[in-house]
Amino acid sequence: MADPLLDIRDLKVSFRTDDGLVRAVDGVSVSLYEGETLGIVGESGSGKSVTVMSVMRLITDPNAQFDGEVIYKGTNLMGMSQDQIRSIRGAGISMIFQDPMTSLNPVYKVGWQIEEQIREHEHVSRQAARDRAVELLTAVGIPNARERADAYPHQFSGGMRQRVMIAMAVSCNPDVLIADEPTTALDVTIQAQILSLIKKLRQDFGTAVVLITHDMGVVADMADRIAVMYAGRIIEQGTQRELFYDPQHPYTWGLLGSIARLDRPRPRRLTAIPGLPPSLMQLPAGCAFGERCAHRFERCRETPLLLDRTGTGHLDACHLSAQQKQDVRDRAIHPELVEERP
Amino acid sequence: MLTFIIRRTLWTVVVMFVITVVVFFIFFKTPGVDPARALAGRNPSPQTLAEVRAQLGLNRPLVVQYGLMMKRIFITRNLVSYSDQGQLVIPEIFAAAPATLSLVFGAAIIWIVMAIVMGVAAARLRGRIYDPILMILALIGLSAPVFWIGQVANLITQGGLHNSVFSWVPPLGYTSFTVSPLHWFTGLVFPWITLSILYIGFYARVLRANLLEIQTEDYVRTARAKGLSEQRVLLRHTLRTSMITFVSLFGLDFGALVGGGAILTEVVFGIHGVGFLTWQALQNLDLPTIMAVVIYGAFFIVLMNALVDIAYAWLDPRVRPA
Repeated sequence: MADPLLDIRDLKVSFRTDDGLVRAVDGVSVSLYEGETLGIVGESGSGKSVTVMSVMRLITDPNAQFDGEVIYKGTNLMGMSQDQIRSIRGAGISMIFQDPMTSLNPVYKVGWQIEEQIREHEHVSRQAARDRAVELLTAVGIPNARERADAYPHQFSGGMRQRVMIAMAVSCNPDVLIADEPTTALDVTIQAQILSLIKKLRQDFGTAVVLITHDMGVVADMADRIAVMYAGRIIEQGTQRELFYDPQHPYTWGLLGSIARLDRPRPRRLTAIPGLPPSLMQLPAGCAFGERCAHRFERCRETPLLLDRTGTGHLDACHLSAQQKQDVRDRAIHPELVEERP
Repeated sequence: MLTFIIRRTLWTVVVMFVITVVVFFIFFKTPGVDPARALAGRNPSPQTLAEVRAQLGLNRPLVVQYGLMMKRIFITRNLVSYSDQGQLVIPEIFAAAPATLSLVFGAAIIWIVMAIVMGVAAARLRGRIYDPILMILALIGLSAPVFWIGQVANLITQGGLHNSVFSWVPPLGYTSFTVSPLHWFTGLVFPWITLSILYIGFYARVLRANLLEIQTEDYVRTARAKGLSEQRVLLRHTLRTSMITFVSLFGLDFGALVGGGAILTEVVFGIHGVGFLTWQALQNLDLPTIMAVVIYGAFFIVLMNALVDIAYAWLDPRVRPA
């Protein structure tokens, strides 16, 4: 395979607090290849946002500590000076945030905010930047873009603001677009529109996308490859097909089991993962998911590594053997289906 | 926007009217305050008292008295001071206004510039030793009484060092700009600094707090993610929105100072401005002058309030009327 476009190697991010060190990201390694969409899934606090914010070096907290490498086009972003990283932010790698209601500056016209980014990275005239901004707004589906460019963010709905954010993010033709829960703050019909817009732009611009979400439905629709995060670590990583049809980690089973599927008989209850994620300050020794796992055994006291246990490049961090997993998996994900079988 | 400005101006007129009514009743209808007695001399006969009363119009109905007072203030402008029968109040205020305006404008420029510099520097240098140092300086400025700073300044510039370092400082008092621009300036340097110190301290602290709060906003993170320089993020994105609070505070303080609020500075430095006039009038219980000065001051506060609202709409498109 070709060299990855973005290669995160053993990234660790921790925050000093009064109560101790919080290991928000604890050794994450993941690669993004040209043109693909990588989904990062996990519940709140699993470290997905911190991971991508660290890639952009957007964490300004003086109590944050970083370790590891993020290689983008052969250079380590973590070792760059502020000026160097600035030339990559917004141009090589750009980002869309979760809440479009607060992510645009309320006192500037949206067109101006897009122009500002274009003019920061490219030496073009105001007029040229302006024309490009209007083009982009049209491309993301803002009607009457030329007039709407002169409107303020509060004059747009949430979905429209997210479109503006997307237009801004792709304005300098980035290689990588990081979308941090881009649809979480939007209602369902708008979610679908925004996702298909991201899909379309990915095709049109050839941008690789990192899509962060807690919604398995969203990655099922969008991602080529998926990494599942739990308590600051990746616990399973594989292609979208592998993740959905051959999931290896009990946590992933839990996530899949909690989705209501329309193509199967409706279960009486959706399965939920018992318990709560562990505190990142005192992670239990061994498997972080151990306490909540129904398949726990002796070896789970050792920390499982993210390894290829199936021999297909599909990685997971669970001590159970592939065969053991297959035996218990169906019951774990869809207990009802299994019970109804004669 | 235009209808907003017109509406806001009309509202200002209503507020001014209410203020004049309230001030009139406070000063002229407070029990125990009898201007006729104050003017009629020692132990006046009832007849003299009645005459004076008739002369001042104090025997007419209240509404008429109020109307007469307003007419004398706003139309004929021949309201006479009680303590000095030859002195017309309105021209006196207008004669005092340039001194106050010179003082307040100069101080305002100093305090805006210094407060922005200190506030931005403290916010930018947060986590380093400069931030607390700047904020302690601001706190000292905020806590030092104006009359004390003024007296110390006088002691230094008019006393021991007057013959050496500060020989350029003219004696206390105000020199009109039209008489001598140089003396106008040199005479006002220390009053400007004295008056602005309090406000620099206050505004720098408010601005720093505001900047730090806004720095955590999502749109500031967006601005960083766009690849803008730290400086541009701070000035164009963080500072710009912080100025909304700054400007509204400024309008009110500025209005109050122009309206005679710089009373301590004016008295300490012997600047015969509106504040000085107020101080004198209060000492003599010179009701017409107090009345006129209060209305004059209220006018500026209300005016600045209206300007703040308009500036607010300009700074923050969210409150801008369609």
